[in-house]
Amino acid sequence: MENGDNIQRQTILSQLQASLRRGPLESPPPRTFEPTIVPARARGEALLLVRRFVQEAEGAAATISRVASIEDVPDEVARYLIAGNLPTVLRMAPDFRLARIPWARRPTLTITTGASDGSDEVGLTGALAGVAETGTLVFHSGAESPTTLNFLPATHIVVLNTDQIVGPYEQAIALLRAAGPLPRTINFITGPSRTADIEQQLELGAHGPRRLHIVLVDDPSIGSFGEHGVVNVSRYG
Amino acid sequence: MQNSSSEFEKNVSIALADKTLQKALSKFQDGFSVRRTQAIERLPEFDALRDRSKRIKEHTLKYLDYYLEQFERGVVASGGHVHWAVTPEDARQKILEICRGVGTTSVTKGKSMIAEEIALNPYLEKNGIEPIETDLGEYIIQLRDEPPSHIIAPAIHVLKEQVAATFRKAHSNFDPSRPLEKARALVDEAKEVLRAKFLAADVGITGANFLVAETGSAVIVTNEGNCDLTQTLPRVHIVLASLEKVVPTLEDATTLLRVLARSATGQEFSTYTTFATGPKRSSDMDGPDEFHVVLLDNGRSSILGGNFREILSCIRCGACMNHCPVYGAVGGHAYGGVYPGPLGAVLTPALDGIASASALPNASTLCGRCEEVCPMRIPLPKLLRHHREQEFSRQLGSTRSRLSLSIWAFFAKRPRLYGVVAAISTHLLYMAGGKRGHIKRLLFASSWTGGRDFPASQGRTFQSLWASGDSLISKAWPTSQRRQ
Repeated sequence: MENGDNIQRQTILSQLQASLRRGPLESPPPRTFEPTIVPARARGEALLLVRRFVQEAEGAAATISRVASIEDVPDEVARYLIAGNLPTVLRMAPDFRLARIPWARRPTLTITTGASDGSDEVGLTGALAGVAETGTLVFHSGAESPTTLNFLPATHIVVLNTDQIVGPYEQAIALLRAAGPLPRTINFITGPSRTADIEQQLELGAHGPRRLHIVLVDDPSIGSFGEHGVVNVSRYG
Repeated sequence: MQNSSSEFEKNVSIALADKTLQKALSKFQDGFSVRRTQAIERLPEFDALRDRSKRIKEHTLKYLDYYLEQFERGVVASGGHVHWAVTPEDARQKILEICRGVGTTSVTKGKSMIAEEIALNPYLEKNGIEPIETDLGEYIIQLRDEPPSHIIAPAIHVLKEQVAATFRKAHSNFDPSRPLEKARALVDEAKEVLRAKFLAADVGITGANFLVAETGSAVIVTNEGNCDLTQTLPRVHIVLASLEKVVPTLEDATTLLRVLARSATGQEFSTYTTFATGPKRSSDMDGPDEFHVVLLDNGRSSILGGNFREILSCIRCGACMNHCPVYGAVGGHAYGGVYPGPLGAVLTPALDGIASASALPNASTLCGRCEEVCPMRIPLPKLLRHHREQEFSRQLGSTRSRLSLSIWAFFAKRPRLYGVVAAISTHLLYMAGGKRGHIKRLLFASSWTGGRDFPASQGRTFQSLWASGDSLISKAWPTSQRRQ
């Protein structure tokens, strides 16, 4: 820290303490533990939470397709892109679980892996978790999950397992805490990008994706997408 | 920005006469308040979350020095830097220094009220660095060279046709005959222009909705995703935040986030909530190489010890201005300062001193809607009254209003005399009203009656009706219910 910075730091801390009429604290502030208020809608059995996640995500203008196993993912991705008259060229996160999907079943899909430089029309990623409370997807930066894929392509397709769905935000945070120091970035994403800055009229696709499509796989046995070493944490506990 | 809150009265007259502004204002307030109500109806725990949020902030303010130092340790541990800035000038210099360190000529900016507060854009421009606002609303008003008129909807005062005209002028490399009637076309064009700027910038500056002490994270919320591109693509990410943004834990942040979007736009959750902790890790595929946090004081450390401490709990949702009849009538620019609405009427004089902004706390009927909707339960009317008391005790305010208050106080302290004088003046007002029942022009109040008629009294005072047991009174308050 430079000297000028240090003087300013001391000035501010001294004034704060003068306003608080005390000196620096000797020990951490006493705080009464109050359990987080978890809304009722974020609680319940796994099946109920999956239903709520779908309902809330759709309420936020995301679209969702449910498939029985990863074998069905390529067909669903191709169907979605063709139905929307979208390019079938995808930029995929270098996630080993996504790599396990039998993409060769749909040769029309052209897939490359890596971060996005802004030239990709469609991004394909996993996610750390889905939060049922508000239909929110949770992503984090890492070697297998570049952040640019969440924001630069106009269409973002996310492959998520039903057993990755948690109730409240705090359960997703618990997964991250268990994995050690926080990653550089954690993105809570609820529906596609939007703006109402022109006369309060809602338009999707402001700076981020215009379309957010979630392929929900009902097959917990295959392992979670986008988890990156975050394992053995009970999601419902 | 130029602070013109001392010219508030003149601004109000201009705003009320501005037909375009009045049309724009009539479109938005209802929308925000209806959506807020709907969102709250869907969350039975909302009031409990408000109470908890208030407690979190009160606790944090009580130990603000500790949590700021803890936050600093978290930033440093994750590879970032913290810069403390006592004054706006200190913050501007620090940001310029960082920009010069990487030799950049342009910076992309996410929406930041603190950047407005320290007038960052003109300073960067003066020093040869082009600031590019990336929030669509901010971008529009930057092109129009106007300050924001609302803290979450900065271009609320601009009509679609005006945006189209602004874009035609600014984006001269586009086909002049392109259609720009629809909001969609305007959004797409702005996206295209700004995407190139995002990819080219070396420095991105964002504000912060919260700073998390335990992890050293900066939390930023947007719907457009512009702050994410601002902080992901450039080599350097600078977070500019004021001291009171800190909260102790991640779970405190999620509690506050539950009330923030619902109070602001009536959304269940904003589209993008991002926790940024330090620069790019060695194994990361993208992200900035440098992560800086500039912590601005600008008088807040002193506000903490005084009458206006509660305003430091504000999470800048904008609900107070969305529900304020004064804001709804005059819009944000009339307030002159950076922060409009009830929040601004309390914060601007607290930051700048009551002498330069004394009209703001007076432009209120103290109707209390702001306090009712404030997610942090900040007693805004009480704080406005504190300002009025300060103004009076410092002998500010006009001679006439001080004189009138003194005359009223003289009588109010002498109840018998008050009754007699009130009875006489009530009778005079009744006579003056005549058959019309209202008075067109009132002596000593000509500026008030200049814009409206004064309703004439019905001839007798409330006290005399009460004493005589008038039928109106006995119907409204049966004798059995009266306290003798």
